[in-house]
Amino acid sequence: MRGKLMAGAAAFLFALSANPAWAVEQSRPAAQDWSFSGVFGVFDRAAQQRGFQVYQQVCAACHSLKLVHYRDLAALGYADDEVKAFAAGKEVQDGPNDAGEMFTRPALPSDHFVSPFANAQVARAANNGALPPDLSLITKARKGGADYLYALLVGYADPPEGMELMEGMSYNPYFAGRQIAMPPPLAEGAVEFADGTPATVEQMAADVTTFLAWASEPDLEERKRLGIKVILFLLVLTGLLYASKRKVWSDLH
Amino acid sequence: MSAPQWKNPIVRWIDYRMPIFTLIHHDLVDYPTPRNLNYWWNFGSLAGFLLVVMIVTGVMLAMHYTPHVDLAFVSVERIMRDVNYGWLIRYLHMNGGSMFFLVVYIHVFRGLYYGSYKAPRELLWMLGVVILILMMATAFMGYVLPWGQMSFWAATVITNLFSAFPVVGESVVHWLWGGFSVDNPTLNRFFSLHYLLPFVIFGLVFLHLWALHTHKSNNPLGIDVKGPQDTIPFHPYYTAKDMFGMAVLLLVYLAFVFFAPNFFTEPDNYIPADPMVTPHQIVPEWYLLPFYAILRAVPNKLGGVVLMFASILILFVLPWLDTSKVKSARFRPIYKQLFWILVVDCIALGWVGANRPEGVYIVIGRIATAYYFVHFLILVPLVGWLERPRPLPESIGAPVLGGGGAAVGATPKPMEKA
Repeated sequence: MRGKLMAGAAAFLFALSANPAWAVEQSRPAAQDWSFSGVFGVFDRAAQQRGFQVYQQVCAACHSLKLVHYRDLAALGYADDEVKAFAAGKEVQDGPNDAGEMFTRPALPSDHFVSPFANAQVARAANNGALPPDLSLITKARKGGADYLYALLVGYADPPEGMELMEGMSYNPYFAGRQIAMPPPLAEGAVEFADGTPATVEQMAADVTTFLAWASEPDLEERKRLGIKVILFLLVLTGLLYASKRKVWSDLH
Repeated sequence: MSAPQWKNPIVRWIDYRMPIFTLIHHDLVDYPTPRNLNYWWNFGSLAGFLLVVMIVTGVMLAMHYTPHVDLAFVSVERIMRDVNYGWLIRYLHMNGGSMFFLVVYIHVFRGLYYGSYKAPRELLWMLGVVILILMMATAFMGYVLPWGQMSFWAATVITNLFSAFPVVGESVVHWLWGGFSVDNPTLNRFFSLHYLLPFVIFGLVFLHLWALHTHKSNNPLGIDVKGPQDTIPFHPYYTAKDMFGMAVLLLVYLAFVFFAPNFFTEPDNYIPADPMVTPHQIVPEWYLLPFYAILRAVPNKLGGVVLMFASILILFVLPWLDTSKVKSARFRPIYKQLFWILVVDCIALGWVGANRPEGVYIVIGRIATAYYFVHFLILVPLVGWLERPRPLPESIGAPVLGGGGAAVGATPKPMEKA
């Protein structure tokens, strides 16, 4: 009976983990060693800041980050006036004012990240018909998460012999269908990192992935920190409850 | 089991007018419980605990959630990002649903193994099946609420099932939607029902417990309680055991909540619903996958829908399909094998449900679906007649108190046969 139970449990766990397979028209991204993976993982602050710089100077030209506020950047280790400065670099529409007019003003830390396009139609019109997705949840919203995003950013290559790309598309084996409307976004030296780190494609891809993983899961660090305490507490509690169960039942046998 | 004498005058005053303390004493303290229940009997109380967790976290989520197609997704993300500990409340609710089904499925299979559905517990079992069906409906509607891609497309696929019924199908679907497609009215009514149904389940749990306490728990030997020597009071024995079980459940549950909160979900549901873009593959949550596999096993839409509903409804008549008078599979050598084959069959169905219906998955899905029905409709009735059960022990207390260790030491009772 016990053996069968174990086999049953193993089979059950297998069934749970048997997520839909990777689509055939897409390569499986390699697992990377992220600062934020694992039970004790936290975001590498320097990588987050560099990644934010990459987002600002490269991605933000097309991709919105609608769910993130400028004030959230304090979590990256920026001081209040730095956050204010980042926000003030963008204009937002506000109003109506007392005269009933809409007006623009510099963004405040309490504002969401300003989107590059006013609406999806404008975004499509400017991008050859393709809609650049919002990046607020990008690592949670793609199978493979951060590994996928990194693989995609560094995965551009020449199409294999005999493959016809559609007009304006680039070959990327990690994208579903293997052709993607986004041209290779990162080129060596595309940004100049404030901390002097050489801006290789791999470096920028890893950093912006770290930044966007944080944007997707700003709760990650607090969640894991609290989780360790909760699990340690529960281990002790479970031990005590098992001991008391044994004690209570001891007069029966 | 006479009514206790209450010493506290306030307790006595209340209890004389409404014997709530006597009821608690009767059903939670003094309640005679078979002394031989194993850990598989923990899962009932665990399910009850999770129902409470789901209601409490759900009520808190509803305070911050907005059921509107333009705002639902953003309001959920606001809970995740801006509400104090909102991420914790939501992850508890999301993963709590998976844990609830895990615990309830183990509870159901426990009943199948030990014959807990047999006389006089048929009604208890049937109430459980009603609870399971309501749980599925509630979970499905809850999955729609974040209004992500999977929410929208799952709602579209599942509500469209009703269009398979001849004549009225189309009208029923429009009535369910509150319009001509899955849209704001659909989201609103799903939210309303998702809030209502858990309380209906809560009421049914009390009926389930009422039926349970009328004839008391079944036990691993599947034989009746013969007297006080076979039972122990619920408190402190089973309260202590249930508390330990609850701590173990919390360890598993919270490990997911804190360290792998999105393990059970589809990434696509973090993409806002878009009626113009169909996801690569539409899959339900894991706990509905076996039923999804049955639905897709039949090439005919109506046939698939009918089989899917039948796969649950068949459980209502199981007490009469099983012709064996022996309850516990411990004494049923053939049924015991069939039970484990059914477990493997259900897991296979879940695995098929998670994959696109192509190639080998179609074949496995059809075989597993056919076997599921063969098990209940042919094998279970047949085995009850043909099987020669092993001798039953004389009483629950005998193997425990007699020192003989196992049932072998007890005098075999004449074979119970239909």
